[in-house]
Amino acid sequence: MNGAGTLMDFLDEPFPDVGTYEDFHTIDWLREKSRDTDRHRKITSKSKESIWELIKSLLDAWSGWVVMLLIGLLSGTLAGVIDLAVDWMTDLKEGVCLSAFWYSHEQCCWTSNQTTFADRDKCPQWQKWAELMTGHAEGAGAYLLNYFLYILWALLFSFLAVSLVRVFAPYACGSGIPEIKTILSGFIIRGYLGKWTLLIKTVTLVLAVSSGLSLGKEGPLVHVACCCGNLFCSLFSKYSKNEGKRREVLSAAAAAGVSVAFGAPIGGVLFSLEEVSHSLFYQIRLIFASFLDLPVVTVCYLLQVSYYFPLKTLWRSFFAALVAAFTLRSINPFGNSRLVLFYVEYHTPWYMAELVPFILLGVFGGLWGTLFIRANIAWCRRRKTTQLGKYPVLEVIIVTGITALLAYPNPYTRRSTSELISELFNDCGALESSQLCDYYNNPNMSRPVDDIPDRPAGPGVYNAMWQLTLALIFKIVITIFTFGMKIPSGLFIPSMAVGAIAGRIVGIAVEQMAYHHHDWIIFKNWCRPGADCVTPGLYAMVGAAACLGGVTRMTVSLVVIMFELTGGLEYIVPLMAAAVTSKWVADAFGKEGIYESHIQLNGYPYLDIRDEFTHRTLATDVMRPRRNDPPLAVLTQDSTTVEDVETLIKDTDYNGFPVVVSRESERLIGFVQRRDLTLAIKNARQKQDGVVSSSVVYFTEDAPQLPASNPQPLKLRRILNLSPFTVTDHTPMETVVDIFRKLGLRQCLVTRSGRLLGIITKKDVLRHMAQMMNQDPESIMFN
Amino acid sequence: MKFLFGVEAFCLACFVLLSQVSAKNSEDIRCKCICPPYREVEGQIYKQNVSLKDCNCLHVVEPMPVDGKDVEAYCLRCECKYEERSSGTIKVTIIIYLSILGLLLLYMVYLTLLEPMLKRRLFGHSQLIHSDDDVVGDQQPFANAHNVLSRSHSRPNMLNKVEHAQQRWRRQVQEQRKSVFDRHVVLS
Repeated sequence: MNGAGTLMDFLDEPFPDVGTYEDFHTIDWLREKSRDTDRHRKITSKSKESIWELIKSLLDAWSGWVVMLLIGLLSGTLAGVIDLAVDWMTDLKEGVCLSAFWYSHEQCCWTSNQTTFADRDKCPQWQKWAELMTGHAEGAGAYLLNYFLYILWALLFSFLAVSLVRVFAPYACGSGIPEIKTILSGFIIRGYLGKWTLLIKTVTLVLAVSSGLSLGKEGPLVHVACCCGNLFCSLFSKYSKNEGKRREVLSAAAAAGVSVAFGAPIGGVLFSLEEVSHSLFYQIRLIFASFLDLPVVTVCYLLQVSYYFPLKTLWRSFFAALVAAFTLRSINPFGNSRLVLFYVEYHTPWYMAELVPFILLGVFGGLWGTLFIRANIAWCRRRKTTQLGKYPVLEVIIVTGITALLAYPNPYTRRSTSELISELFNDCGALESSQLCDYYNNPNMSRPVDDIPDRPAGPGVYNAMWQLTLALIFKIVITIFTFGMKIPSGLFIPSMAVGAIAGRIVGIAVEQMAYHHHDWIIFKNWCRPGADCVTPGLYAMVGAAACLGGVTRMTVSLVVIMFELTGGLEYIVPLMAAAVTSKWVADAFGKEGIYESHIQLNGYPYLDIRDEFTHRTLATDVMRPRRNDPPLAVLTQDSTTVEDVETLIKDTDYNGFPVVVSRESERLIGFVQRRDLTLAIKNARQKQDGVVSSSVVYFTEDAPQLPASNPQPLKLRRILNLSPFTVTDHTPMETVVDIFRKLGLRQCLVTRSGRLLGIITKKDVLRHMAQMMNQDPESIMFN
Repeated sequence: MKFLFGVEAFCLACFVLLSQVSAKNSEDIRCKCICPPYREVEGQIYKQNVSLKDCNCLHVVEPMPVDGKDVEAYCLRCECKYEERSSGTIKVTIIIYLSILGLLLLYMVYLTLLEPMLKRRLFGHSQLIHSDDDVVGDQQPFANAHNVLSRSHSRPNMLNKVEHAQQRWRRQVQEQRKSVFDRHVVLS
């Protein structure tokens, strides 16, 4: 019975105890921190008693590292599974491997003996669908049949994805990063990081990416990694019972997620610190400016202790990211021990004069970022408010149909976006077969062919440029409608693709200009016939970094991720130039990146540490109650009855009530949370005898003096917070906003000469800030 | 129950990880040499299943297209790369993924199509009319969650507990679906 007992306990509904939080509410950071300190102090003091207690205290100290290890292992495994499955399913749209159906195209032809270059992709084991069904490999009929089946497979995959999301885990849709940012800042969304969400997100992410839609898997991988983090937190009571400590683990899990998505452990940690965790962003700008001189390690030491997370989180995030990267490497999904499909490794130099096109690419990235954010937010708002939102399945199917229909004819959009980026990043080496490398070779040239070409472009290159331009326009338009649909969708890969296409076009243009006009002054010192010149692949990388920076407004983490992708510090200056330019251009139009814009669209209570509040309002202008409002709902320290409290809870929906000495003096004693009050009274009615509706509730140490005929009073001192934060009514709002940000408060009481005047909640602060910035204050929905 | 299933899947994945380290199929390694055009010889690609120490032009390029004195010049231009993959990992991963997908699809079909039909047949039409949700909610899966919850006995045996947990899960998913799809409050 005991074994079944534990299983049945697991199945029981967890009884909510005092100190937990309601769904869609913000946690109290200070309370969580003090609870953790208490727990730690108790364990340390008990550890001196016996050897067993000492061992328990050591286990407690090491539990953090164990959790990080488990998170790294599981995230790496899931990322490997996702990569392998995507690889296979993407090729499934075009054909199937007859000898072993689980092989993708490249794997199927792994052992083929075709030696000629033109035939290197063909092998008898892998056949396209038309060839399999009708026996014809070429011809218009085969092309149309392949086209039709491609669209059919794409529709099937996306339909399965959206149905699974809808039936099993509606929280698995979208990118996940805006919600995770909000959760890490203290918001509670129950079920968002649950086990079903993890399972469904992993399975449907593969389906969504394989269907050919213009989305990536990096954002959803961060969500998957955070779900893993949440899963392992529940194994240890140190993390499962303390929401503040849990968020430390989640921020490290987010780092592991980015690390496996890009193969960039350091970039992952910096991404987690910069974008996801609520931390020390003031310093990031300073560090970004000084990055030119300092290597990364010194930068990490410069990062000071964050307001919410101690520095040990940095080290643990790095550990989790490394374990995840190592796990992914040992699964080896791409067959060549690289973590990402588009890892490039060239070392050709770049020239100072090339900074001009790089900065132009930065400007393009910033402009595209602004355009994308505005268009996507407008479309998402329309989805939220009009009839469009009532047909999510139909919307996904239609968008997939249009994408597949337009993507198939163009060979650059037919293949998966990762392969496209890989081809654009890679420079033309020996025997590159793609059209992009169709240069005229001078057979009398003395140097070997695989040197960087300084050659006129052949017709294949011009053809490729046309197709790439069309692909660029297509991708720019379709991504606006794809991001935000009710399937897991990420944004990194499509924006990198847009940037890579633009960069490659610019690179080829510059290269041809350098060849045909090599007598211009700029090119005279730079390009000589037969010498190294322009590398279009580098332009593609710089363009990708610019576009990604323009849309997400990442700074340090973007540059670190890009240089970890390229394997060297040589190109750090062009990448930085483009990233800085795109951020400046994009910030000129609007301060928010795509994730902050989505947070605003949903009305989450996210107090961005980057927003500066410079208006000269005072606390009295923001506090409630306003002039015409009913007076503040308070409890007195020893004269409220249980019935009064229950009426108060029923009639109002405030999250908490201040406790004063008496209604006449209005001197503040403390603050009590609504949830704690409800649970304590329910508990008391069930468990304690003699507590009835007319029992007096008291918050003092000793019971008040009452006549003997009164029923037994109820002591609720233990749920009272005796040190609520107070400001005076003349405190400037600048200071109040700073306090809310740095301490993570949910509410703050306003007093004048010791008497309670009113209350300011986080929602009031956010609404006030929105009002000051001329945005809609009613859009803030949560507290 | 779902948690145990997940742990089991994770253990399988870890097993895959460990097994691929040990099993090295001879077909899973190869050396790929890319040789650009040289004089009259066209560009070619050569592949052979050799190990790392034999991965160079002399061992892999067979038959050699040029004669004795040109072999060195030809081989200098060739680029040889050693590649490794794990066919066992790929096979197991794809099969595990497809089975999980298949199970989910079956469960989805059961929940959306079969269960309402079975319940209707077992308990009659009157039950559905008395359900708490409105008519629109009836079309969604888990619309009968409230009914089943109230109807179940208080005897704490295993089957009831599992059913309770399942109904609770369905209620949660129903709530999530309302906030995401209907009211567009979260994740719009």
